[in-house]
Amino acid sequence: MKRFRRHGQESQRDRLKQELFQFNKTVEHGFPHQPSALGYSPSLQLLAIGTRSGAIKLYGAPGVEFMGLHDENAAVTQVHFLPHQVELVTLLDDNSLHMWTLRAHTGLSELLEIGRFTLTGPPGAPPSVTRVTAVLAHSSGELLLLGTEGGHVFIVQVPGFRELEERNISLHFPATQQLESLCWTEDRGYILSSHSDGSYCRWLFGEEDGNEVEKSDIPYGHFPCKAISKIIQLPTKTGAPFLFFSGGMPRASFGDRHCITVIHNKTHVALDFTSRIIDFFIIKDGQLRTGDPSALVVLVEEELGVIDLKSEGWPVIQTPYLVPLHSSAITCSHHVSAIPLKLWERVLAAGELQKTNYSKKPWPITGGKNLAPDPPQRDLLLTGHEDGTVRLWNASGVCLYPMYKLSTAGVFHTDTDPNDNLHQGAEGDWPPFRKVGCFDPYSDDPRLGIQKIHLCKYSGCLAVAGTAGQILVLELNDEAAEHPVEAKVVDLLQGQEGFRWKGHTRLDVRDEPVRFEAGFQPFTVVQCQPPAVVTALCLHSEWKLVAYGTSHGFGLFDYQQKINVFIKCTLNPSDQLAMEGPLSRVKSIKKSLRQSFRRIRHSRVSLRKHQVNNAAKLQEANARLEAELAEMELAPVQRKIEARSSDDSFTGLVRILYFADTFLSDSSHNTPSLWAGTNGGCVYVFILRLPSVEHRTDEPITAHPAKEIQLMHRAPIVGLVVLDGHGTPLPEPLEVAHDLARSPDMQGSHHLVVTSEEQFKVFTLPKVSAKMKLKLTAMDGSRVRRVAVAWFGSSQSEDYCESALVVLTNQGDLHVISLPGVKLQVRFPCIRKEDVSGIASCVFTRHGQGFYLISPSEFERFSLSSRFLVEPCCLVEVPLSSHASIQSRPKPDGILSAYRRVMEHCVCVCVCVCVCVCVRVRVRVCVCVSVPYSCRRKMFVNHLRVAFF
Amino acid sequence: MNKNHRVPSNRSLSAVEVKSKFGAEFRRFSLDRSKPGRFDEFYGLLQHVHRIPNVDLLVGYADIHGDLLPINNDDNYHKAISTASPLLRLFLQRKEEADYTTFGTDTLTRKKNTVLSAVLLRPDANRKKPPVIISLPRDFRPVSSIIDVDILPETHRRVRLYKHGQEKPLGFYIRDGSSVRVTPQGLEKVPAIFISRMVPGGLAESTGLLAVNDEVLEVNGIEVAGKSLDQVTDMMIANSHNLIITVKPANQRNNVVRGGGTASGSSGRSSDNDEDLVIEAGGDADPISRTPSNYSMPPLPRYEPHLNLRASASPPPLAINGAVLARGSSGSLSKAGYSTPSPDRATRRRSLEEDGTVITL
Repeated sequence: MKRFRRHGQESQRDRLKQELFQFNKTVEHGFPHQPSALGYSPSLQLLAIGTRSGAIKLYGAPGVEFMGLHDENAAVTQVHFLPHQVELVTLLDDNSLHMWTLRAHTGLSELLEIGRFTLTGPPGAPPSVTRVTAVLAHSSGELLLLGTEGGHVFIVQVPGFRELEERNISLHFPATQQLESLCWTEDRGYILSSHSDGSYCRWLFGEEDGNEVEKSDIPYGHFPCKAISKIIQLPTKTGAPFLFFSGGMPRASFGDRHCITVIHNKTHVALDFTSRIIDFFIIKDGQLRTGDPSALVVLVEEELGVIDLKSEGWPVIQTPYLVPLHSSAITCSHHVSAIPLKLWERVLAAGELQKTNYSKKPWPITGGKNLAPDPPQRDLLLTGHEDGTVRLWNASGVCLYPMYKLSTAGVFHTDTDPNDNLHQGAEGDWPPFRKVGCFDPYSDDPRLGIQKIHLCKYSGCLAVAGTAGQILVLELNDEAAEHPVEAKVVDLLQGQEGFRWKGHTRLDVRDEPVRFEAGFQPFTVVQCQPPAVVTALCLHSEWKLVAYGTSHGFGLFDYQQKINVFIKCTLNPSDQLAMEGPLSRVKSIKKSLRQSFRRIRHSRVSLRKHQVNNAAKLQEANARLEAELAEMELAPVQRKIEARSSDDSFTGLVRILYFADTFLSDSSHNTPSLWAGTNGGCVYVFILRLPSVEHRTDEPITAHPAKEIQLMHRAPIVGLVVLDGHGTPLPEPLEVAHDLARSPDMQGSHHLVVTSEEQFKVFTLPKVSAKMKLKLTAMDGSRVRRVAVAWFGSSQSEDYCESALVVLTNQGDLHVISLPGVKLQVRFPCIRKEDVSGIASCVFTRHGQGFYLISPSEFERFSLSSRFLVEPCCLVEVPLSSHASIQSRPKPDGILSAYRRVMEHCVCVCVCVCVCVCVRVRVRVCVCVSVPYSCRRKMFVNHLRVAFF
Repeated sequence: MNKNHRVPSNRSLSAVEVKSKFGAEFRRFSLDRSKPGRFDEFYGLLQHVHRIPNVDLLVGYADIHGDLLPINNDDNYHKAISTASPLLRLFLQRKEEADYTTFGTDTLTRKKNTVLSAVLLRPDANRKKPPVIISLPRDFRPVSSIIDVDILPETHRRVRLYKHGQEKPLGFYIRDGSSVRVTPQGLEKVPAIFISRMVPGGLAESTGLLAVNDEVLEVNGIEVAGKSLDQVTDMMIANSHNLIITVKPANQRNNVVRGGGTASGSSGRSSDNDEDLVIEAGGDADPISRTPSNYSMPPLPRYEPHLNLRASASPPPLAINGAVLARGSSGSLSKAGYSTPSPDRATRRRSLEEDGTVITL
């Protein structure tokens, strides 16, 4: 009977688990890593980006996102939408063609691969014959033209890739320079060609042979210029056309710039991008996107730039997605859920003030419908960067949108003069450069790097800690202000002897008042001495305290009175590594490298001594070296099995700091306390005595040690949390005061949950006795890398919610551990275990979601909760207007338009073939005229081909 | 596991304080560490100070690990003197009443909470029948054992390494490799973990039970199949205080031939026995007990530093009961009990040495 009942309970729990937990990778935020191809569909208004890792991503209106991945691990070299359809074709590095479609399923579109094709040449033909270099979707959407390296054009039918026929040649344009790209001018029968010497030519295109150069120009001429890799000319209603071309810069002076030049009327601007230009396209006005050029979209290696061509000065349009997260490398991240509306609006307002010089025009790529419900709450993701900036992102929905950027560099004297940037403009008027983009990976001073962030969402108080032991406390201010920043130096060693810090010096805080724009403004800086990386940070806005820790110890700072309350040195005297700072370690690596180089050199020198000319000896020595190398490679990877001892390195490193109001001395009086966990498996507990509210500013806060817990297994402590009488984690500071959380139960006994890298242990309070534990490492060999408390709501009933620990292990697995029972609930593989930086970058939200970096520039968002899920839900439909345009296509009287359409095809084919094969100086462009049998309507020209002689 | 890497502050002193206990009586005296003399002299001295000249004695001492070890020759006498830190605690028994089973590992920590309630003093009335004495224990403690011989295939060997508190490193390395398994589909090559190297002088080597190229099959009862080298490494380190490895020895000639089948009863699973330590602000060190403590600490006379020693360097004033444990000074580490094959988990083993300050368990 009893057994039966228990079985019933278990199955009930299993059902509940299914209602609570569900694992999904939902969306990738940020900018695709290593983009390699760009495509655009004017009819769908969708943008497609292919990457070197074989991913294909589609973007439309904000929130409309699709992602696909080719099975082949090959780079995407070209992306082409089929005109007026929801299909697209990708060409990969391995010469395979793939057809994708956006299939609507239960009201939502999804990106699916529906076919693949590889050109096969005749037997014995060289591979170049079928090496596809140009792809052109015919405007009927039924044919695909493939230009190959061998100079052939193949026609295949889509979908299905049925090979139809192969065509050849007809018209010739003799040029004197190597050809880079071609384009048709839409207004008249001209062809523009760009060349490797930085020139472009305009050719009059006639019916008969004997085409000639009408105009030729080297825009940045006189001195040798780089090639113009792509050129486009577009007409406007007012007459003067727009000319766009990439490259063509004077080789010696500006050969390293990544520029796109835009010329319209008398306006001439060289847009200077931050990284290599992959491709660009132009969006045109009007319903059918056939009007004047309205925006220039440029894909560069590290970001997407969109230029508004309709507004004065061609300002940049802020992108709502594809924002480069890595404009400076991300060093840490912090997530805050459910931001109160007031703080949200204040941060937004401060961010708006920073967004000067942006275009007011709406985002021009508007394809698809975003059907995702409005995010249930406002979430903020804070990323810390190498250059000392903190960026605040709106992480509520599918688009990770930048809200505000905070720079901490202004507080310090750094090596570089901030005025440097101003002088950059004074490099002459020609070419007329204009910087575009924000990608800037070069950090002025590595010490500025942000390591820890803690934001209180109720008070708007922010604590930020960095690489050189600096901790800044900032407050949100709606007005710009100028004030000096107070610096406090704290000695974490407390006279510990035998210490030598060989690392970097601490940052110099500016003595003079600093001007801060509206937003987060620092008012105090605590500087740890020695200036080691801050490894733990915790802010308690209700008590107005900041706790910070490094590898040497930890301290508590009262930011109301601006005094340090106490310091605790955790340094183990035998801990040489922490004593000497990071440089000694580098040195040892350097030393070993140097030694090995010396060894090699020695063997070479000794060789030289014994007659270098003796070939036999040399060979012998080489063979020996090779054998040594082989031996080194073949030596198996070994792991030493040794018990962890207390003199391991960095045992004193503070891993976690935690504030709690709980029972420490007896079970009837709760007191504020500070908890610190170290790498050596030790927890220090300090009781804090806070003066009453009216005396908060004049009476000092005192702290005295209450307990020390040494975990026997000595694994680093990565998490500390106190559970109240109901087994619920204590609320965040001010959460209760704002009526957003139930006040903690102070009647029942509190429990402490300590998470080490190896175990989860529950202790009773105030007498710290072990109650239960879950051994992780001893059972499956994985170690805890990240842990956080999360709330899981049931997908079935609105009001059921339970708290749990979410854990990421070094194997890349996610675990959910129940509280207070510390029982494993579910487990999902999430990140490859080799992806160490991905695992290290993981950050959890309060509601069971999380983010981790899948590349330097992209966050993957995942969800463990079945209730809280942020994923793109969108629909893309075949544009109705396009059907009409297909119907109204080439009427007998529409000869000219048909002709133009054909010419457009021709150019596309040319461009790609040229880029690949241009070798000769003399170039002849050949156009062949033919009528494929599949085309029922009479058309003059159906496809064109380019060849070189 | 803790390592007693700290050198007691008074180790360098020439005098060793001795606290000798016979029945309910204590005697305190000191000996010259550098010139301890012979065992028979020492034996005579004990008879003298306790005024029991004609009683045959069995002399035992508490070593730094809390184990009760015998003193019955010059060698173990010298070892006892040289390792005493700071206090050499002796327990004298009448030879005719002697209970030899009290010697050995965990003898002082098992079942009873403190040294003072060691079975010597009060021959345990609860003990139903005294176990058979096989031989007189010497100055040994187990460093390894082969277990579960009855339940394992003869080609496998389950080895338990007792790392506890020794200076000796575990001392072996593991590597990836491949092994051949018999499957329904025939022989199959599968990835496996092997012992790749033994550290000379390490615990693993000294046992002689593990060897290079032995295939590791289980760690503390958990199969390693499907786990990476790093995972297995972490598992072994996490279990290092009580490491039980099941191996398939490379050398299959020394396998245990199964005999009568006396069930050992112990399994490969490690017992949960790591106890964390809490130091209260007052300075009391208290190992965290898993279960509410229902034992009573026997009264202990307060320790008074020996007069002979005071001038040179008095050890930090410390005592067990409510006395101050001066933190920060060096001292030997006390330790908790280690897992024993005993299935009786309720009897948690713990000890607290009075001569340690930085206490880890």
